[in-house]
Amino acid sequence: MIKVQQKNFDIGAELAALTRGNHRIGGVASFVGLVRDLAAGDDTAAALQAMTLEHYPAMTEKKLAEIEAEARARWPLEASLIIHRYGRLEPGEQIVLVACASAHRQAAFDACNFLMDWLKTEAPFWKLEETDASEDWVDSRASDDAAAARWQVKPDRAAE
Amino acid sequence: MKVLYFAWLRQRIGVPAEEFDLPGGVKTVDDLVGFLTAKGPGYAKGFAEPQVIRAAVNFEYVPFDHKLSNTDEVAFFPPVTGG
Repeated sequence: MIKVQQKNFDIGAELAALTRGNHRIGGVASFVGLVRDLAAGDDTAAALQAMTLEHYPAMTEKKLAEIEAEARARWPLEASLIIHRYGRLEPGEQIVLVACASAHRQAAFDACNFLMDWLKTEAPFWKLEETDASEDWVDSRASDDAAAARWQVKPDRAAE
Repeated sequence: MKVLYFAWLRQRIGVPAEEFDLPGGVKTVDDLVGFLTAKGPGYAKGFAEPQVIRAAVNFEYVPFDHKLSNTDEVAFFPPVTGG
């Protein structure tokens, strides 16, 4: 299931809903991404006031659905969930939740890891960081590309 | 065709989206980037480093040699930073 929303989410309620009624599920792996202040603990840097997530709605829904379908093709999942927020978020707020449920833990862990790696390089979201000093768009990271590449086949290509 | 811009590209160009007929001589995404770059200083600044810009046509990532049609929705944006 894919949810792209401005409002916050309740992790406990979401995970309970994901597994409710399916007794084939033996475990759920989840990842929660939070707004991080890079300047926290650094007196010389301007503190983060907020982060604004912009996205391309029609393409976001399509790419997230493709990424989820690819995970379900690769691992025996009983249920999966991606929630990604957009709009203005403050430090400590939840940005993203990925959860995968399976009979055994390994598939759930691996699929969860895969979903986050692909989401970071494929889903059309952009982060604008706002401090007292400036507003700056976050740069993409080569380490994210490398993390996605270790799963080798691109979801786009695998679907062909 | 519809053309959309996101993140700092949208800020530099000054509009989030625009619609126009496929300009004469524009056959590929690369041709469209050339056409837009000549439209004004904001566009020129936005597309100053075309190698860092990603393109999507009808919600799929495409290379710059992708052929365009007048019914396409084309989006230009910097590398994504979600998650």
